[in-house]
Amino acid sequence: MTLSRRDLLKGTALAAGGSLVSALGFDLKPAYAQSRELKISGAREYKTICPYCAVGCGTIAYVHGSGGLNTTRSVIHVEGDPDSPINGGTLCPKGASQMQLAMSPRLEHTPKFRAAGATEWQDVDWDWAMSWFARKYKDARDATFVERDAEGRTVNRCEGIGWVGSATVTNEDAYLITKTQRALGIVYMDHQARI
Amino acid sequence: MTNHWKDIKNADVVLVMGANPAENHPCGFKWALEARDDRGARIVTVDPRYTRTSAVADRHLQIRPGSDIAVLGGWIRKILDEGLYHDEYVRAHTNASFIVSEDFGFADGLFTGFDEATSSYDRATWSYERGPDGFARRDPSLQHPRSVFQLLRAHYARYTPEVVAQIAGCSVADFEAMADIVCSTGTADRAGTIMYAVGWTMHTVGAQIIRAAGIMQLLLGNIGRPGGGINALRGHANVQGATDHAIVAEILPGYLRVPRPPQASLDAHLRDHTPRPLAPNAVNYMANYPRFMVSLLKAWFGPSATAANQFGYHYLGKPADDATWLSMWDQAYQGRLRGLITLGFNPLLAGPDIPRLLTAMANLEWKVVIDPFLLDSAEFWRAPGVDPSQVDTEVLYLPAAHWIERGGSFTNSGRWAQWKEAAVDIPPGVRSDTWILSELFWRVKELYEDEGGAWHEPIRNLRWDYANPREPALEELSREINGYDLTTGRLLSSFAELRDDGTTASGNWIYTGSWTEQGNMMARRGTEDPTGLGFHHGWGFAWPLNRRVLYNRASADANGEPWDAARAGIRWTGVRWSGDVPDYGPTTPPGGAGAFIMTEEGVARLFSTSLVDGPFAEHYEPAESPTANILHERVSVNPTVRWYDGVRESLARSTDDFPYAATVYRVVEREHFVTSHVPLLVEAMPDFFVEVPEGLAAEKGVANGERVRVWSARGEVEGVAIVTKRIKPLTVNGRTLWTIGIPVHWGFKGITTGAMANSLTPFVGDANTRCPEFKAFLVNMERAT
Repeated sequence: MTLSRRDLLKGTALAAGGSLVSALGFDLKPAYAQSRELKISGAREYKTICPYCAVGCGTIAYVHGSGGLNTTRSVIHVEGDPDSPINGGTLCPKGASQMQLAMSPRLEHTPKFRAAGATEWQDVDWDWAMSWFARKYKDARDATFVERDAEGRTVNRCEGIGWVGSATVTNEDAYLITKTQRALGIVYMDHQARI
Repeated sequence: MTNHWKDIKNADVVLVMGANPAENHPCGFKWALEARDDRGARIVTVDPRYTRTSAVADRHLQIRPGSDIAVLGGWIRKILDEGLYHDEYVRAHTNASFIVSEDFGFADGLFTGFDEATSSYDRATWSYERGPDGFARRDPSLQHPRSVFQLLRAHYARYTPEVVAQIAGCSVADFEAMADIVCSTGTADRAGTIMYAVGWTMHTVGAQIIRAAGIMQLLLGNIGRPGGGINALRGHANVQGATDHAIVAEILPGYLRVPRPPQASLDAHLRDHTPRPLAPNAVNYMANYPRFMVSLLKAWFGPSATAANQFGYHYLGKPADDATWLSMWDQAYQGRLRGLITLGFNPLLAGPDIPRLLTAMANLEWKVVIDPFLLDSAEFWRAPGVDPSQVDTEVLYLPAAHWIERGGSFTNSGRWAQWKEAAVDIPPGVRSDTWILSELFWRVKELYEDEGGAWHEPIRNLRWDYANPREPALEELSREINGYDLTTGRLLSSFAELRDDGTTASGNWIYTGSWTEQGNMMARRGTEDPTGLGFHHGWGFAWPLNRRVLYNRASADANGEPWDAARAGIRWTGVRWSGDVPDYGPTTPPGGAGAFIMTEEGVARLFSTSLVDGPFAEHYEPAESPTANILHERVSVNPTVRWYDGVRESLARSTDDFPYAATVYRVVEREHFVTSHVPLLVEAMPDFFVEVPEGLAAEKGVANGERVRVWSARGEVEGVAIVTKRIKPLTVNGRTLWTIGIPVHWGFKGITTGAMANSLTPFVGDANTRCPEFKAFLVNMERAT
């Protein structure tokens, strides 16, 4: 026997209306109650913004997991925020698939280093990575810092390091990039707005 | 955007040019559809391709890549010739009546003041004639032959429909049919908007295309009004915010200027950037520049910034020359850059001229890549065709937290800063951008403390009073950006409160008001819309001061009456302004001051000295063009373009070898490169392709679905040919021209891989912004064997 979607809906309506026994010969009520459970029930809502273009669509991320000990919070569903005056709950194909970006198994979890001439990466720990980074940064700054230019003008710039990015970080991190890098004397600095 | 996304619904005409929002900004574009459904607006597109936006538009005009100024110039001419301008607006709110110096002129493709040796203009002659009071002379009748209005008319007289059609490759009839719609909003009861994106900026004349649009919108009286404006549609979630906060070579937060070597003191810097009024009633708001600059220095250097040390002015590096994208890569290419840090960015695929970028990257001593994904740029040393054993660059990759794991704010195209919540925790092994930035800063600082080195006073003195110095909270940074009164610690609610005496601090003056004593304004979720115009003042925070439409004083006439009562931006009630947050003093009566408070003139500029390549926009051919410039053959390309070493040699020399115009673009299923990691999107748009016009495919014996090879003077790509009716042949200066479309989304990393479009694009940029010319170049094509 096959049940069409229409039959099923009819059955649902009947069940909801108080009918006890379906055409199948047994009480469908508990089964329907089960099927009506939304996958987001029990999830907590977080208001976020779509990470793609700059329309700034309000997005709700539904998250399972309490965040407590031995639990991992995980996004189980994403949809447009109906309250947003910008997108009114709509999302485009990219926005609608944000969950796959958020929960991607392709995201990396370990710093890596590639030596000169090497054909592969090697995993490194954060302490090693940041020590190496700071050492390279300082050495390049020391070697290329210009206090006065050829005309004797005070310029205090680091000519040997460039910084690019990013239009994907928050305002707060964007500000921190500018604040720290300008204090370090960086002048070659740009992000996606240029290109 | 001068306006914002929802405001598009208030337009009567929506011109989409240099953009494809139905594809690339779908949820924003629905406001254009709503304008059509609710008020009968016309939507029109002008583009080298028939796009998804064209598919829902009322009319489409196909033009040659790089001919935008010719088309806009043709519209400006029509508006002036046929009297289609909004006369009262032009007289009240623009510099049409200003009289220009008698030394100014334009001939044979050059404005006065051009210096052949430096390929640059001395802009001294592009100035107003001054009266004895020091202010610009004006002729309210607009009849003076050197009034801006008459000079404008003379400049664009050459842009006849026949000339435009020849340059753009369209028919005169199609150009005129489009012109009738676009030029129809120059009345008080009609408003027209423009939606543009990188299809306008990515040209050697990009800034001038936008100026031409500005001139047109001012003539039509469309700036400052709901349903009007010039609206840049930006392509990354926080490209607006990252620009506002100045991860940009030439600016500091809030569009303050990076100091230059000749500015030997803070006073000299302030003098250069503090404008003086050119009209007696000009508010000239940027006269407040010193308050914004000193408050920024106080935010950065705290107690170490004092009047005695010029508030730490010399702590800021002064670049020798342009330091933007192309210049940076040129330095790397020349082997002058030692290290490069990339954060949240895939610069290799972003281009232009990937072969050149690969060499530039291999010339670095070291490179650090900070990103949630191990992207192509991190593995440039094993890109196709690269032998890793020949690349000595050391590369460090740091896995950074994702947007979903972080709170903080993004600012959208419409200048709305919206706060987002962290939905999930940062996984083990991953660090936030804030942590990485702080850790780098601290470790470098500690190295200087331990072993000394190059001058490092600014590093020692950088203000860093965060609760957790190794990872400041986003909320702390946000409050620092907003700014506060240093004498009381009170958070400020307006940049009008900023001072230049060191008693206030603000990390970015245009964001003052975003986090006040009343709390985080960016997190507001009020949905009220009392005017029905979509201002939504209770939702998020729009800079500046929660104003939703910039220049909104111009939405009303000289008496403060809205041009259109049904679409009032602001309105003078007799006591104060109502409606949007006024850009005028809230209780300043109309007539007290010029409407455009940010200019020295007090009015908007049809004629402007702010760009380096001319006070009016002029059509120049792309650096790689299929034709000579028929307006002035001897000055075919923008004469002020900067040519990096070896770049002229990397351009096509002959249209025999590279006969086809090409342009690059995005598709809705993808966003540049990160979507290569999203299975659903890769499934929806798996493979690199080339969009080939039907007639050209027939000529080359290419069937739909077969593979083609496309090459430029720099590189090549190979992929599936989508043979299409969407691109028609053009007739440019009497010759048939084919245009080829190439999407940008593929690389050698990701779920599927494909050819890199920017292997083809030229390493040359706009004269003002140095934005590369991705959108118009030459290629050849054949069936792949």
